[in-house]
Amino acid sequence: MDKILIPVLIVAGIGLLAGIILAVASAIMAVPKDEKAEAILEVLPGANCGACGFSGCSGYAAALSKGEAQPGLCSPGGEACAKACAELLGTGDVAVEKKTALVHCMGNYDCTSDKMRYDGIDSCAASTLLAGGISSCRYGCMGMGDCAAVCEYGAINVCNGMASIDPAKCRGCAKCTAACPKGLISFVPLKKQAVVRCSNCDKGAETMKVCKVGCIGCGKCMKACEVGAVKVTNFCAKVDPAKCIGCGKCAEVCPRHVITMLDA
Amino acid sequence: MSLKFLVGIFLAAILTENYILNKFLGICPFLGVSKKLNTAFGMSCAVTVVMVIATAVTWPVYTYVLVPLNLDYLQTVVFILIIAALVQLLETVMHKYMPPLYNALGIYLPLITTNCAVLGVTMLVLEKGAENPSFGYLASLVNAFGAGIGFMVAMVIFAGVRERLELCDVPNFLKGLPITLIAASLVAVSFLGFNGIIDRLLA
Repeated sequence: MDKILIPVLIVAGIGLLAGIILAVASAIMAVPKDEKAEAILEVLPGANCGACGFSGCSGYAAALSKGEAQPGLCSPGGEACAKACAELLGTGDVAVEKKTALVHCMGNYDCTSDKMRYDGIDSCAASTLLAGGISSCRYGCMGMGDCAAVCEYGAINVCNGMASIDPAKCRGCAKCTAACPKGLISFVPLKKQAVVRCSNCDKGAETMKVCKVGCIGCGKCMKACEVGAVKVTNFCAKVDPAKCIGCGKCAEVCPRHVITMLDA
Repeated sequence: MSLKFLVGIFLAAILTENYILNKFLGICPFLGVSKKLNTAFGMSCAVTVVMVIATAVTWPVYTYVLVPLNLDYLQTVVFILIIAALVQLLETVMHKYMPPLYNALGIYLPLITTNCAVLGVTMLVLEKGAENPSFGYLASLVNAFGAGIGFMVAMVIFAGVRERLELCDVPNFLKGLPITLIAASLVAVSFLGFNGIIDRLLA
């Protein structure tokens, strides 16, 4: 009988001892949990995309509960998520500006040409390493679809050597902005406004050689704008979305037709 | 007990008695967490810490409790119990007093609870102690530390191999785990070349 009893007692005793030590330790060294952060984490979409600028949803939730961040930074969650966060924090309603990613280039195969016959790895990032990419314009879209490959929502379509983003499908996760080796994709507020669809910083004569629609920095749009929303810097026009009223005058005067109107 | 003896044990645990590549223990984390260099390194650090602490606790329990009572056949059961409780305790302590370390290693700790490499170290040092009476408590701790470092060496080397594999044109039927296992076996074979090196080095 002892042969069974003693081992059983010893193992049970060690187990009990370990259990008691663990129970005491967890009681003494309990780390206070941030309940607010956990509640916020529940309402966040959990995509861990990093569009808010924090490391995943838990990072954003922790920053929100400490008051270090504003609600409404979560683009995949959108308005509903921002409202839920604000409710939990007790800060009242916040306005969420709906944004979409936009490719700042119009250089499809009709406007630009390939400067080489490229047989390498089928990726924009790889071809950029080779003499700055295959497109005649060194700033422009090469249409090999690195952005479309990373988009989880199928919002990006590459057609005729040119990527375009469907604002209705874009959830604002910013994966494409990181994937584009030319840095052509950036966020614009989704409202009625003018956008310059070119990123070429070369002088006008140089731009004309490589692209039929590239911005030559003539400055006509700047003069036509009544609210001072358009600025030409580095031979490329830019529209300030905060000032633009969406009158469309700059788009009318643009000789290269590279300014387009975005609809809400 | 000379320093030379301890250095010999330490180096042997890393090279000739490597727990992954020579004894084939801890293959699960070896294949699971070796995809990236930094996670491989974090996991190995956690394993090293747990191996040393586990040996530090299980050795006295075995020598002063189980052996006098003629219960050494309970070794496996008791060791698993002790290691599991120990890892849990370590996690609690780290969470409270070392939050940065907890954030870095915390996710690996639960994985180690039932890791066979940790259990293997605690049991194999006792086997060595039974064969050689001069292989005492300190030598066991040094052996456990060396085993952890050996784990780290194998993980880091293999993480490098796997990062290269990512870029290789692997035939379809070998993609994924098959090619990883082949690569692992080649690394293990290369470690066979260390056989006998420690004895000669310190002879």
